[in-house]
Amino acid sequence: MIFAKKIFITLLMIFGLNLSTASADESAELVVEGQPILTRTKAPSHMENIDEVRSGWTFRIKETQALQMDDFENPGMIFVDKGIDLWNKVEGSKNKSCASCHGDASEFKGLRTVMPKWNASAGALWSMEDHVNNCRTEQMGAEPLKWGKAPMDSIVALIGLQSRGMTMNVKIDGDVEPMWELGKELFYTRVGQLDMSCANCHEDNYGVMIRADHLSQGQINGFPTYRLKNAKLNSIHARFKGCMKNIRATPYKVGGDEFRALELYVASRGNGLSAETPSVRN
Amino acid sequence: MNKLKFLFSFLFIIFYSGASFSEVAPSDVVADEYGAVTASLTGVAGDPTNGRKVFMNRKQGNCLACHVNSEMSEQTFHGAVGPVLDGVADRWTAAELRGMLVNSKKVFEGTIMPAFYKDSGYNRTLKKFVGKTILKAQQVEDVLAYLQTLKE
Repeated sequence: MIFAKKIFITLLMIFGLNLSTASADESAELVVEGQPILTRTKAPSHMENIDEVRSGWTFRIKETQALQMDDFENPGMIFVDKGIDLWNKVEGSKNKSCASCHGDASEFKGLRTVMPKWNASAGALWSMEDHVNNCRTEQMGAEPLKWGKAPMDSIVALIGLQSRGMTMNVKIDGDVEPMWELGKELFYTRVGQLDMSCANCHEDNYGVMIRADHLSQGQINGFPTYRLKNAKLNSIHARFKGCMKNIRATPYKVGGDEFRALELYVASRGNGLSAETPSVRN
Repeated sequence: MNKLKFLFSFLFIIFYSGASFSEVAPSDVVADEYGAVTASLTGVAGDPTNGRKVFMNRKQGNCLACHVNSEMSEQTFHGAVGPVLDGVADRWTAAELRGMLVNSKKVFEGTIMPAFYKDSGYNRTLKKFVGKTILKAQQVEDVLAYLQTLKE
């Protein structure tokens, strides 16, 4: 079955490439398993240069869009299944799994919509990965998982899925404000030999073709996202890293302060959109 | 025999000093107040055939990433971030086009277009590109020669 799905995806990629990327269906509405997902809404008040925020889904071609509308076709769900296996796997010196304390992942319904978030006891801005690793090291006596690798991305996707369809609403003031300001500064800072900022593409030129790619607003409400390009889940920080390398810049550290700050700022640009995890992109 | 040796070393010196002295370093390029660069970067006439290749190459000019160019319609997916380049030679002089290739930010303030002949003043450049220009001086001249063929 998985094999058949892979062939289908490969065919779809070839098909999609030949059929030209200009056929993006920008007016389509996203409904997943009968649940409506808000892919366009009024921009949050902190955004100065954009009136309407749009999910990356609205920039993709019909064939890619369709993959996200049916969980059976969504290749990201294969990784969610792996996440469920990991969720139930007993590990570490305390012989526990995630399920030992939390039952099933639905306990975390809504969590994805407020991440990243200030963690008072750690005195730091936490991403979903921090929650996972904190549980592993403190509650399970297990090794932390590496950010941006399949086991971590799968479990982060499983937790994120519980919030699908709920409205993104990360907090930007209070304790996190300095990090939010840093993230904003990074978003507008040009880097690398190509000397571009996030904003150059994802604010000034979204909706425009850059060669065969339709530039989006760079929203992260669907992460971890399954990309047809590399046929796996991609974490938020891994995507930032990829973007920086594309413009010939030295990426910040995955899980480091700069990417945490950027994650918060970019997430806040999607406040009002629905969580879409796991989304499908090219 | 000695005379011949002398002649060869003489030619050798002329050739090498010529090559090293005639190429303008990125920091020495002279642009006017509108960013136009009048003087050739190499003193060697640009080759439009090679320029066309550099223009197209994704690791060199990669110009199609952002510009439509009908002369290259055999190539699929021309980007739309920058202006269409059809007839670009009718709209701009060689000095203006050279200025845009060298450092377009001096011509169009705040543009997204990278500077193709600038090797410093960047932020967090990936190690293998530090201290390097995107294109070599002669490649800039070659692309310029190609752009000058784009007339309507």
